[in-house]
Amino acid sequence: MEKKNIKMDITAKNNAIRQLLWIGMIGITMFFAGLTSAVIVRSAESGWVKIGIPDFFWLSTCSIIIGSILMIIAKRNIRKDKPATQYVIATLIFGLFFALFQFLGWKDLVSNEIFFTGQNSTSSSSFLYVITLAHLLHVIGGLISLIFTSVKSYKGKYNSDDYLGIELASVYWHFLDVLWIYLLIFLFYMLN
Amino acid sequence: MGDHHKETFVTKYIFSIDHKMIAKQFLITGMFMGIIGMIMSILFRLQLSNPGESFKVMEFFLGEKWAPGGVLDPNMYLALVTMHGTILVFWVLTAGLSGTFANFLIPLQIGARDMASGFMNMLSYWFFFVATIVLLSSLFLEMGPASSGWTIYPPLSALPEAIPGSGLGQDLWLIAMTLFVVSSLLGGLNYIVTILNLRTKGMSMSRLPLTVWALLIVAILGVLSFPVLLSASLLLVFDRTFGTSFYLSDIIIGGELLHHTGGSPILYEHLFWFLGHPEVYIILLPALGIVSEVISVNSRKPIFGYKAMVVSLMAIAFLSFIVWGHHMFVTGMDPFLGSVFTFTTLLIAIPSAVKVFNYIATLWRASIRFTPAMLFAIGFVSTFITGGLTGIILGDSALDINVHDTYFVVGHFHIVMGLSAIYGMFAGVYHWFPKMYGRMMNKKLGYLHFWVTFISAYGVFFPMHFTGLAGLPRRYYQNTSFPMFDQLTDINEIITFFAIVGGLIQILFVFNFFYSIFKGSKSTQNPWKSNTLEWTAPIERIHGNWHGEIPTVHRWAYDYSKPGSDDDFISQDTPLRDGEEEH
Repeated sequence: MEKKNIKMDITAKNNAIRQLLWIGMIGITMFFAGLTSAVIVRSAESGWVKIGIPDFFWLSTCSIIIGSILMIIAKRNIRKDKPATQYVIATLIFGLFFALFQFLGWKDLVSNEIFFTGQNSTSSSSFLYVITLAHLLHVIGGLISLIFTSVKSYKGKYNSDDYLGIELASVYWHFLDVLWIYLLIFLFYMLN
Repeated sequence: MGDHHKETFVTKYIFSIDHKMIAKQFLITGMFMGIIGMIMSILFRLQLSNPGESFKVMEFFLGEKWAPGGVLDPNMYLALVTMHGTILVFWVLTAGLSGTFANFLIPLQIGARDMASGFMNMLSYWFFFVATIVLLSSLFLEMGPASSGWTIYPPLSALPEAIPGSGLGQDLWLIAMTLFVVSSLLGGLNYIVTILNLRTKGMSMSRLPLTVWALLIVAILGVLSFPVLLSASLLLVFDRTFGTSFYLSDIIIGGELLHHTGGSPILYEHLFWFLGHPEVYIILLPALGIVSEVISVNSRKPIFGYKAMVVSLMAIAFLSFIVWGHHMFVTGMDPFLGSVFTFTTLLIAIPSAVKVFNYIATLWRASIRFTPAMLFAIGFVSTFITGGLTGIILGDSALDINVHDTYFVVGHFHIVMGLSAIYGMFAGVYHWFPKMYGRMMNKKLGYLHFWVTFISAYGVFFPMHFTGLAGLPRRYYQNTSFPMFDQLTDINEIITFFAIVGGLIQILFVFNFFYSIFKGSKSTQNPWKSNTLEWTAPIERIHGNWHGEIPTVHRWAYDYSKPGSDDDFISQDTPLRDGEEEH
């Protein structure tokens, strides 16, 4: 009876943690809704310059999608008590690739004289940098969570009964993935 | 035995994870900030009614630098107005009200030992505390605190060189507000998760007290709107610090053309008011919840139209997201778009009227107990009506244009939002003080506090409608250059007189509050004969709220004067009698 009660408490606590993540993601969505609606309002006024988006962003898109697929495999494996650590680490690596390609994309922009700030910058170029930078900051949060998840997974802390860490990291990574695809399509549409 | 554990001074009073202590921390910080905000308002009211005159009190508070010879400096006037608005809107009526009562009531009224995450809850308070320190420290800067208004519109807020307060003062304002938003989000996430997951057995959503419903919806509003303010602030910080041009374009300072091109200050207004209008309801809804509870308890009647009250809370919350344009009717907005915002704004009158009707219907032919809490609750209904009626005028674009940025607006929002929310807060403090401290507040002092506050508050804000209709603009340091406003001198003096009286009487409240903590008469477990679960918890404070098992809920919270019952209240944990139907 005592054990059953404790288990119910853990289930309730896990549900609460899941909900915290979901509500937090809604908050993040509103943050980006604010930024992208600002682009829409600004682009309706005069002086909006179409600058395009760097090709590297397509590569970063592939990286983050592959990461998502790997996290699906990790979660599926742990539910069957199969090894998941390598997939979590692989997601982490593809996450780092995502960050690298974003940096290369910005470098590309600078070499094409599209600047974040200064006399030669434009509203559209500033928005492109700010939105992608803000997304990358959230990705860094995801990478930190993947580091912790990898370590715990390596130490064998997860099994088919208890894999909340992998589940949460997975959900957040999918969220970052979907958010990025939305931002990419949005920026492509607004800047091309 | 609950999960009460041994606590040290530090874990009990400072870094506490007990929701009740965190609530008190929010309340006392909010009260402290309220006093500061109120003193600021009295100082700038003195300048408005007696422009250019010397006051010792001005020199006492502001020193020779900001009040040379006792005359308020124009830059400090702008700073005081800005800080007064910021402190009252965010520090007192958001954190002081929501932070206090969400923390105190949610676990107790839903039957939970504590919040879902006590640690996050503690962090929420300490982010708020640090935000408070940062904001207050800006008062002591050489160039003064932020001065661009509580809405911090660019370009004043975006160009550090614009006015004295646009420099470091504005930076500290932005840092403080960022910390404040983090605090609000940490708190809001916790409130939502706690209400959804930790309700005791039998506490279905349809049995939740209206206070909890209101606090849940407020938390959702916060999660949806504060991030948008963060995005607006982020762009503002980039404009200020990195020289981007999101909000700036073609600006000349000191004869020099700045490099900023292509930005739009209107863009900031859109983003700001997308938060700003829901913020009005983040302030108001907790007060609506508190007043629902206080009116029902002290009318000894079930709240009239419980479901309609819940639905109207939801409707107000939803509509609050699609009305922000009514703050921007004079920005060159397309008249058709203006008419859309007029329509959505006027729609808010419907759920608001439902609430007022239900309050009055609850009071109708009731055995009313006029406790200080009840008086403030009824005072809330009064200000919600009078302030709401002028909202209909301001919500209509054709009418708003005539009084935009005049004292008519100041009178409107102070009554409907400021007074209503602060009355709700006072009602809550008087009502739940016995639960917080195990003692009663002095009733006679409470009555005196209410009547002087009520009369002086109307004395301040009601005449402002007339000065506004006469065209008196808000935010001006003085109007002596405009002879047409000379006739308003007397009315301005009356407003200032009532502001001083209304301010002084709050000393009585503060005295009553702190005196009663230590010397008030001891409270019984359920002094108001109330139904909600918090009154089933023991008087002494324990972390975990209840000794032994948490009570199970069998009925809604409003079984007052139920036919067939021996008493005129039935606690929510009392099982239904044989054959008894639930409301």
